[in-house]
Amino acid sequence: MGLEQNEVSLEQIAILHNRFKQLSQNEETLRRDDLKTIQDLESNPIRYQIIEAFFDRRNFQKDGVGSVEEIGFEEFLTVMSYFRAPAHHITEEQREEIRRAKLRFLFNMHDTDNDGTITLEEYRHVVEELLSRSGALGRETAKGIADAAMLEVASISVGPMAPDEFYEGITFEHFLKILKGIEIETRMHIRFLNMDTAVFCKQHSV
Amino acid sequence: MRGLSLLLFITVASDATTDLYVTAASLPPELGVSAAPAVTSPVASRYVPEEYGHPGIALARSAEEPAAPSTEDGESSHQHGGGGYRIVQWEWSYVQTPYIIASWLLVASVAKILFHFSQRFTTAVPESCMLILLGLVLGAVVLIASKKQPYQLDPGLFFLFLLPTIVGDAGYFMPARLFFDNLGAILLYAVVGTLWNAFCTGFCLYGVKMAGVIDEKVNAGLMDFLLFGALISAVDPVAVLAVFEEVHVNETLFIIVFGESLVNDAVTVVLYKVYISFVEVGPGNVHTADYFKGIASFLIVSIGGTLVGLIFAVILAFVTRFTKKVRIIEPLFVFLLVYLAYLTAELFSLSAILSMTFCGIGCKKYVEANISQKSRTTVKYTMKTLASIAETIIFIFLGISAVDKSKWAWDTGLVVSTLIFILVFRAMGVVGQTWFLNWFRLVPLDKIDQVVMSYGGLRGAVAFALVVLLDKEQVKAKDYFVATTIVVVFFTVMFQGLTIKPLVKWLKVPRSTNRKPTINEEIHERAFDHILTAVEDIAGLNGYHHWRDKWEQFDKNYLSKLLLRKSVYHKSELWEAYQKINIRDAISVIDQVKVLIYSEDTNTVNTHPEQWAAIYAAARENGSGVCLDLQVIDTVPGAKIEEELETHHVLAGNLYKPRRRYQSHYSRHFMTVGEKERQDREVFQRNMRNRLESFKSTRYKRHKKDRSQKKAIAQNCSKTHLCITFVARKAPETPKERPKSGEI
Repeated sequence: MGLEQNEVSLEQIAILHNRFKQLSQNEETLRRDDLKTIQDLESNPIRYQIIEAFFDRRNFQKDGVGSVEEIGFEEFLTVMSYFRAPAHHITEEQREEIRRAKLRFLFNMHDTDNDGTITLEEYRHVVEELLSRSGALGRETAKGIADAAMLEVASISVGPMAPDEFYEGITFEHFLKILKGIEIETRMHIRFLNMDTAVFCKQHSV
Repeated sequence: MRGLSLLLFITVASDATTDLYVTAASLPPELGVSAAPAVTSPVASRYVPEEYGHPGIALARSAEEPAAPSTEDGESSHQHGGGGYRIVQWEWSYVQTPYIIASWLLVASVAKILFHFSQRFTTAVPESCMLILLGLVLGAVVLIASKKQPYQLDPGLFFLFLLPTIVGDAGYFMPARLFFDNLGAILLYAVVGTLWNAFCTGFCLYGVKMAGVIDEKVNAGLMDFLLFGALISAVDPVAVLAVFEEVHVNETLFIIVFGESLVNDAVTVVLYKVYISFVEVGPGNVHTADYFKGIASFLIVSIGGTLVGLIFAVILAFVTRFTKKVRIIEPLFVFLLVYLAYLTAELFSLSAILSMTFCGIGCKKYVEANISQKSRTTVKYTMKTLASIAETIIFIFLGISAVDKSKWAWDTGLVVSTLIFILVFRAMGVVGQTWFLNWFRLVPLDKIDQVVMSYGGLRGAVAFALVVLLDKEQVKAKDYFVATTIVVVFFTVMFQGLTIKPLVKWLKVPRSTNRKPTINEEIHERAFDHILTAVEDIAGLNGYHHWRDKWEQFDKNYLSKLLLRKSVYHKSELWEAYQKINIRDAISVIDQVKVLIYSEDTNTVNTHPEQWAAIYAAARENGSGVCLDLQVIDTVPGAKIEEELETHHVLAGNLYKPRRRYQSHYSRHFMTVGEKERQDREVFQRNMRNRLESFKSTRYKRHKKDRSQKKAIAQNCSKTHLCITFVARKAPETPKERPKSGEI
């Protein structure tokens, strides 16, 4: 779908391969539990969503659906490549494609039941997770915020609605529209340059 | 204007060569003594060879004067001689000093008003230009009137009072996240860029002198030129703020140039001190060890300054933790401690600007959370007012100082070559560093950015103040330098200031959007931080997000516990969420609603049923909706459970409800059970109908409406114990007029 621009270099592939081996304890495939062992992820409020994203077939660029139990290195790399920065000199068209790809990734992350829309429940869940560090109070706020956000999407995408209509959920097109203001290509980006070997050693000894 | 010039004539005619070392110290302590404050302090005292950083010495000197009672300013009431009792007396000497200060402030403020009469004029010409022109005019007026120039931009006044005001304001309201995101670029430009500019300009000027372009009258050696290069090459924060404020370039560009102007203070301080000492010692006696001392000095000055600032930030945050009972003086703490950070750094001759900047950046988060809403507003407005006035005064006095010919000497060669060199070297420096920087940046800085950055390297009052501080004895060519500096500053502020706006438009520089991010964008911005951190952790990288996350953990577990008030600490995460995702906007979008209280946990509702009933009744009467005013949290007394309820009530709201789901687990309770279903539907309809109207109107308009209506209704809060603020809206129907059940 235009992932060519997102490809990682050979050196980075080698590094990621090492990491893969490390996480999977030298096996061929990676499982969810392997990712759950990463200590730094413990305090991350959205760790479950991210881990799920790695096992979600929709992100594998092969038009599959559903989720898998284990992934190979190829899938690992594919998911990682969503976070590659776009090259500097690309056409507007290519930039748009990269944008769509990254936003699709995000969309899949939110749309957990895979029905093509982000419903209120799913969105609420997203916001709840973000505020999950605040305990019970967080959940109430999250509901309010998610509600407001949905309403905003409704106004932006659908425009004026009659009193007895209601908004089903955010489709991918609406999602693209509402996030137009953020520069996704540059925002959603990891620098693969600085790999820290100390991290590898630490994990090895664990 | 005539009234103003009359005022000036009066002050001049009083024959007081009043220094503008205006402090209470120079006021005569005893009432009856007709001591003219500092009347005899000679003009020369302004140019004492003090090291940069100790202008206070001259201040003290002027304070010694009032001890000598002078009767030159006659007409004091204690002048024995005339007979009888005077009904009305001319107490000029008594009120002189504060009168003059107040008059100047008034002149500056009135000037601002006058400028804004012409809209077309103000959009084309930046304020700083006009102020300098005004200064020139005023200076000419005063010169003609009194044949001497009593008013100058005095370095002591500048460094102790005017500059800290502006830098304090800038530091406190600095967008910290943006600053740290671009810290690498800022540091590079500030340190390497300034050094490059300073050395190149200095050496080239010396070369030009050797080549004979500069006249022989300019008696300066290599060291003098290096010193001059050092002080003329620093980008000035005051000028950058004044000009960029009107231009509105995108935030990255702004923060890089502005950050550079703040951080290069450390470099300038060190270079200035080092070269002054070299000049004093004589070029022959400079040893290589001194160069190393210079480098060490740089590290100490910059890191020391930062540390002083951070220490004061911690103290300030800690103090505000306990100010709950003394809300009224909270703003005072903020101002005092930030100012003290500046002065303490000056005391140790560290970089005062860095100190103040980091104090502001460091303390902001905790202070904003700890102090009350009113204090926050007070701090914001007072700082902005003071900074604005200080800026005005600086520019006017720059204009005035230029008119006094006795202080400067003109040399065409020097002036022209300096101008050329600073422009050329700035451009070269920017291009070179940007090429280097783009290897590491996520978003590279393109050619247009570079043009704006080179063009935006403005010099301003700091350079002028520094050059005026030079000692005539040590630096023989001082007058020439003063003239050159004046020309450079005028050129950058006026010419570059005037032309930068058209340039930015012509180059189609991406402008700042200035639009509040939508709720969805804010949610996703927040989500990105976590997503990127997670991916970095999975990939085993210790990248930028990883460290940011680690810092936030540290902050949450240790710093916030120490510096935030207990009640705020528990809500701090919510506070951030609230602040960023402005729920008030969300509520005003769907608006509407009578009181609808949500609780998953029925216990909380049952605990205070009478109170809820009272609230509901009150709300119904006023036809009001729920207002999410975080101030409510402040006004809640005592018990934790009340606070929880408060927050809970405050942060919830009937925002949206998909009809299909309203039987779900998350169904909401109303106070009056049984009418639930009908009320749901009714509310839903009303929501949808009114949504569009309120959503279409601008947010600011709504805010204004909020505030005025809020005030009107604020009295109603006395009905309830919890003192919730309601906002009255023109609701189409009150709950009393319920639609028939058949209506949908």
